[in-house]
Amino acid sequence: MAVAVKMPKLSDTMTEGVILKWLRNEGDKIKQGDIIVEIESDKADMELEAFDSGVLRKIVVPVGGKAPIGSLIAVIGEPNEDISSILQATPAPAKAEPQKSSSPVLARSAVSVAAPAPASPQPVAQPIDGRLKASPLAKRLATEHRLNLQSIPGSGPLGRVIKRDIEAALISKPVSRGPISVQPGTAEEVALSPIRKTIAARMAESKQTAPHFYVTVEIDMEPAMAFRTQLNNVFETKISFTDIIIKGCASALMLHPQVNGTFLGDKVRRHHYVHIGVAVALEDGLVTPIVRNCEQKGIGIINQELRDLVDRARTRKLKPDEYQGATFTISNLGMFGVDEFAAIVNPPEGAILAVGAIAEKPVVKNGQIAVGHTMRVTLSSDHRIIDGVIAAKFLQDLKKMIENPASLVSIT
Amino acid sequence: MATVSMREALRQAIDEEMARDDRVFLMGEEVAQYQGAYKVSQGLLQKYGEKRILDTPIAEAGFAGIGVGAAMVGLRPIVEFMTWNFSLVAYDQIVNNAAKMLSMSGGNFHVPIVFRGPGGAAHNLGATHSQALESIYAHFPGLKVVMPSNCEDAKGLLKTSIRDENPVIFIESEVMYGEKGDIPDGEYTTPLGVGKIRREGKDVTIVSWSKILAHVATKAVDQLAQEGIDVELIDPRTIRPMDMDLIVESVKKTNRLVIVEEGWPFAGVGAQISHDVMKRAFDYLDAPIERVTQEDVPLPYAHNLEIASLPSVEKVVRAVKNVLYVS
Repeated sequence: MAVAVKMPKLSDTMTEGVILKWLRNEGDKIKQGDIIVEIESDKADMELEAFDSGVLRKIVVPVGGKAPIGSLIAVIGEPNEDISSILQATPAPAKAEPQKSSSPVLARSAVSVAAPAPASPQPVAQPIDGRLKASPLAKRLATEHRLNLQSIPGSGPLGRVIKRDIEAALISKPVSRGPISVQPGTAEEVALSPIRKTIAARMAESKQTAPHFYVTVEIDMEPAMAFRTQLNNVFETKISFTDIIIKGCASALMLHPQVNGTFLGDKVRRHHYVHIGVAVALEDGLVTPIVRNCEQKGIGIINQELRDLVDRARTRKLKPDEYQGATFTISNLGMFGVDEFAAIVNPPEGAILAVGAIAEKPVVKNGQIAVGHTMRVTLSSDHRIIDGVIAAKFLQDLKKMIENPASLVSIT
Repeated sequence: MATVSMREALRQAIDEEMARDDRVFLMGEEVAQYQGAYKVSQGLLQKYGEKRILDTPIAEAGFAGIGVGAAMVGLRPIVEFMTWNFSLVAYDQIVNNAAKMLSMSGGNFHVPIVFRGPGGAAHNLGATHSQALESIYAHFPGLKVVMPSNCEDAKGLLKTSIRDENPVIFIESEVMYGEKGDIPDGEYTTPLGVGKIRREGKDVTIVSWSKILAHVATKAVDQLAQEGIDVELIDPRTIRPMDMDLIVESVKKTNRLVIVEEGWPFAGVGAQISHDVMKRAFDYLDAPIERVTQEDVPLPYAHNLEIASLPSVEKVVRAVKNVLYVS
C-alpha cells in the first residue's frame, strides 16, 4: 500500500525544509531504513530514512525545493499501484522551486534567487547515482580540511574520492570556495537560507519581547593567562580562554540560579545543571553547540567536547540535541579584537555573556600604573526574570573566579 | 648465533623443555622408534627413554584424549599429529575437552598441553591432506594458535607454548622443516600474542604468517619494492591471541591492508582481522581491505591446479595494487 513521505520536523524551531539531495531515484527499490533524502533544516543538514519498504514511485519536491513540515515530498508504494489518491489527498508544498541545475555542486546555492553570474562549471567526477563515494580516510581528511567532498573529483573505482584526490584538492586550493565575481554598481537579492530565517525570527522576537539590560565588568586576565599556560604545559593540551570562561560561568551560575533560568511565560525554570551554548559562526549564520553539565566537568573535558562540537558545527553535522536546550550562552568576539559588545539573549534563556578581547593596557595596581591584561565581558539579561543586582553579583563572582583560576579546579 | 634447520630448532625447544621439566613428554605416531615422521624428534628416544617419548597407534582421538587426561593430572604433554589434517579425528578431544576443561571445571583443571605438527599444503597430497586449519581452531575460546614463520620463532614460541598453562595449537609447515635460519645462542623464549614487523614500509600493510609469509608474501614485497611500492610486512606469529594493536597502528600509517593466508576465504582468519581493522581504524582506511586466500575449493591434486588454487606472488602483487589504486 502506497505511503506518503512527508517533510519531517528536524528541530524545534523548524518550519520548513529544503531538499538538498535525493539519494534515490524514482523507480528505485527502497528498504525500510534506507536513507533516501538529505534535508536542510534551519540548523543542520540531516538525512531522512524511509519508514517503509517498496519502490520510490514519485518525487514530489525536487532538489532545491522547499516544503513545510508535514507536506508531501515523495511517495513509496508497489511498482504498479495507483498513487493518484495519495498525491491528491496529501498537501504538496504550494510552490516547489525546481533546481535549475542537476549538478550536486550547485545544490546548496539553489535557494538564492539571483545568483550574480553562473559559477564556472566544476569538475565533478562523482556519478550522479545519488550516493557520494569516498573512502573513510578521504571523508575524515575532507572534514579536517573543511573541503566539500562533493566538489572533489574522485579517481577511485566508480568515482570514489580517495586520499590522493584530497591531497590534489589541497594543492589546487579548495575548489568550492572560489570568490564570487560581483558586477560593480549593481545590487542583488539573496533569498534567506533556512538558518538565516530562524536567526531573523528569533532575534527579532527576543529583542521585541525580552526587555534587555546590560552590565559590563573588566576582568584582570593575567592570572588566567598564567593558569592556562601551566595547564597546557603540564597536560600538553590546548586549553583556550573560552574553556576557562565556560568553567567560570558554570561555577558562577551554580551560585546564581536566577541567571541560569529559562522564562516560561508564567514561571521560571531554574536549572540545577549548566548547559552552556557557545556561538559558532557559520558562513551563513551561527549555531550554538552546547557543552552539557559544565558544572560537573573539568576544563580539559570541556575543551575536548567543545573542540569536537565546533568542528562538527562548522561542517553542519550537529544533531538537534547538540544545539538545543542550553541554559546560558556565551558569545566570544575577542579573536576579532572587539573591546566589548552586547549580545541578544537567546530565548528562552535568561542571559547571554558577550566576551571581548584580552587587551594589553595600563592598569592601576597598588597605586602604581603598570602594564596589565584585561578582558571586558557584558552580560545581557532578560529583565523579566533577572534584576540588575543579580546580574551584578553574578559578574562579581565570575570576575572573582577567573581572577583566581585555582577556584575552577575541583578540590572534591 | 647458530644456523639450524626448522626441525632442529623445534627439536631444541622440546629437548630443552624436557631437560628443564621432567613432567614434559612427547607422544604421537612414529615419534620414537622411527625418530619422527619428519625427524623433529630425532635422538630424543635415546636421550629420554620410552617413558617420555611414546609411539602411539594410529588413533588420534585416543592419544589426544590421553594427552588431555595426563595434562589434567599434572603432566605437560606434547602431542604430535603427523599432520594437522589428522587432528580432525581428534577434534572433539581438542575443542570439547582441552579447550573447555578449565572453564567447565570452574577453574579446577588446567590443561597444559601442546598439540603440534605440520599444517597446510605441501605438494600433491590431495584435498584431505593439504589443509590450513588455523581458522577452525582459532574459533574456540580456550585455545591459543601459534604459527612460526622462521627458525628463531619456531624454537622460542614452542618453548613458551610448552610452558603455557593452557592448550596451545602449534602449527608448523612440512615444506619448511629443512629450511635453515639463524637462532640466538643460549636459552630464549618468544612471547605469545606479540607480532613482529618483518619489514617497515609506508605504502601498504601486509599481514601474513607461517609458510605463506616466508614463501609468498616476502617475495611479493621484494617484487613490489622494485616497482617503488614500500610494503610494511607484519607477522603476527600467534593467530590467537592476535596482536591487533600492531596491525591497527600499521594501518593507521599506511591506510591500506592486504591479508595473505593459506586458508579458505569464508570465516578465515583474515576475515576476523579485516573486521577488527575496519572497526578500530575505519577513518584511516583509504581502500577496502583485500584478502589473498586459497581459492574456495577443496585443493586439487593436479599440480597445475594446486598452484592455481594457492596464494601466489602474482595474486599478492595484484591485491596490493588494488588497494593502492594502481594498475
